[in-house]
Amino acid sequence: MLEVKKLSAGYGNIQILWDVSLKVNEGEIVALIGGNGAGKSTLVRTITGLLPANSGTVEFLGKSIDGLEPHKIAELGISHIPEGRKIFTDMSVMENLEMGAYPKNAWKNKKNTLKKVYEMFPRLKEREKQLARTFSGGEQQMLAMGRGLMSQPKLCIIDEPSNGLAPMVVMEVFEIIQSMRKQGITILLIEQNVKQTLEISDRAYVLENGRIVMEGDCATCLASEHIKKAYLGL
Amino acid sequence: MNLSNISWRKLGLNAGVPLVILIALIFVPFYGSWADYGITLFSLFLVYIILAVAWAMFTGSTGYLSLATAAFYGIGFYAAALLYPAEGALVPLFVVVLVGAAVSFVLAFIVGAITLRLKGIYFAMFTLGLVLLMYQVVNYWLISVLGIRGIVVALESNEVIYYYLVGILVVSILVAYFIKRSKWGLALRSIGDNEEAAAHTGVNVTMIKILVFAISAALMGAVGVIVATKTTYVDANTAFNPMISFSPALMAIFGGMGNLYGPAIGATIFTYIQEILQTGSLKNYYMLIFGLILIATILYLPSGMMGLIQNLWNRIKGARRRALTRG
Repeated sequence: MLEVKKLSAGYGNIQILWDVSLKVNEGEIVALIGGNGAGKSTLVRTITGLLPANSGTVEFLGKSIDGLEPHKIAELGISHIPEGRKIFTDMSVMENLEMGAYPKNAWKNKKNTLKKVYEMFPRLKEREKQLARTFSGGEQQMLAMGRGLMSQPKLCIIDEPSNGLAPMVVMEVFEIIQSMRKQGITILLIEQNVKQTLEISDRAYVLENGRIVMEGDCATCLASEHIKKAYLGL
Repeated sequence: MNLSNISWRKLGLNAGVPLVILIALIFVPFYGSWADYGITLFSLFLVYIILAVAWAMFTGSTGYLSLATAAFYGIGFYAAALLYPAEGALVPLFVVVLVGAAVSFVLAFIVGAITLRLKGIYFAMFTLGLVLLMYQVVNYWLISVLGIRGIVVALESNEVIYYYLVGILVVSILVAYFIKRSKWGLALRSIGDNEEAAAHTGVNVTMIKILVFAISAALMGAVGVIVATKTTYVDANTAFNPMISFSPALMAIFGGMGNLYGPAIGATIFTYIQEILQTGSLKNYYMLIFGLILIATILYLPSGMMGLIQNLWNRIKGARRRALTRG
């Protein structure tokens, strides 16, 4: 579904990503793990069109999306649930969700999608008129995920959803990600919470210093000495 | 533009108050002995209301502080000077208004395309720079190329000027209303809130910013044309006066930008204060008093007069509800 080939990108003269290749097949949850500064967010910004690539290509559903603007990429069916939620704090919960349905095709169905999203997140329904700024971190993450679903995406890129959340809430977030997959949404999950991420994912890529240093199914990754030492503290 | 967000029934209800105001405005010139002064005073109200509404249309929701109002207003002046001179008008007045609006729209579109990637104070500085640049260029062209300082525009009667302003006001309010209620309004607010997230949710951020900036500029240009037929003498000082960039902005902030009435109320109050002070003995204190009131507003009424009214109203409603439940 998504195929990144030999992607290099960076800011000005500073190159961050070096020949990154990765593939996400339909129906999969693919994990992208790596520490701070590994280049995870740069990779996401390049895929979603916020940052131009220096070389390499990104294909979505077999078509190149290089050089497309972010709103075009969103219209194609890639939804981005950003790091730090980035919800619209001065808007109500409902307006935030409506914004999620901004792409043309999603806008037509927004009433139905809204109903489905409210079923998944009953708490959002209870507070639909409340300003998003009054939400707790966990609730904001739920809102960001609800907003991401409103565009009826084929692929959801979820950037560090567990960041700054209490362990109980993290479990809830990971359950939601699994139920998203059951609804037929393909997921690229970027995380630092390695153990839980590998437990719910099918395959994983490990990004270090802007390069993919390991890839494979999650069981192999979990068993690897490198992962145990560097990420799990074992 | 997608209008599916608009509830037409609600529009009908909401149209009640504005309709009454509009009818009252139409009859202003017929109030007997007061009429002459009344028209002049109300024309002044309308000029500032339109400028404040047009300014708030873009800046109120996106948070991009534009100080370019005087540049577009001045273009209107020169559209009138060139197409509607005292020696004989080249085209009817409504065509001049359209030309003033169109040229402002195009200039704003170009300027927007270049500068709307600037953030915060840099955008504000550039837009103010645009006013000063227009002033210099036009002044140079008048004095060094044409060898004149100013151009005399054909005088229009107070009634014509007044009704043109009423017409432009109606267009401004309708445009502002439809933008606010449409998908675009939501998109503009999302840009003001978090521009990167807006782009990710599928908003064509650049295009919407530029278009709304240009639409608001067109309204400012249209007003400039009409004001020029009132002042009749056009030179660069009156056309590109930086105060025209500041006053409507400050009026809109004073009135509150969360609501369409806010900028209009702010503009009316301040224009009236200005009128009283300038005709009385406090002539030189207008800016001082304006400044003090504005500081107080920003400190104590962050959502302006409309915010205050809304708060009071909520409190009254709340008190009534409490009384009912108790009773």
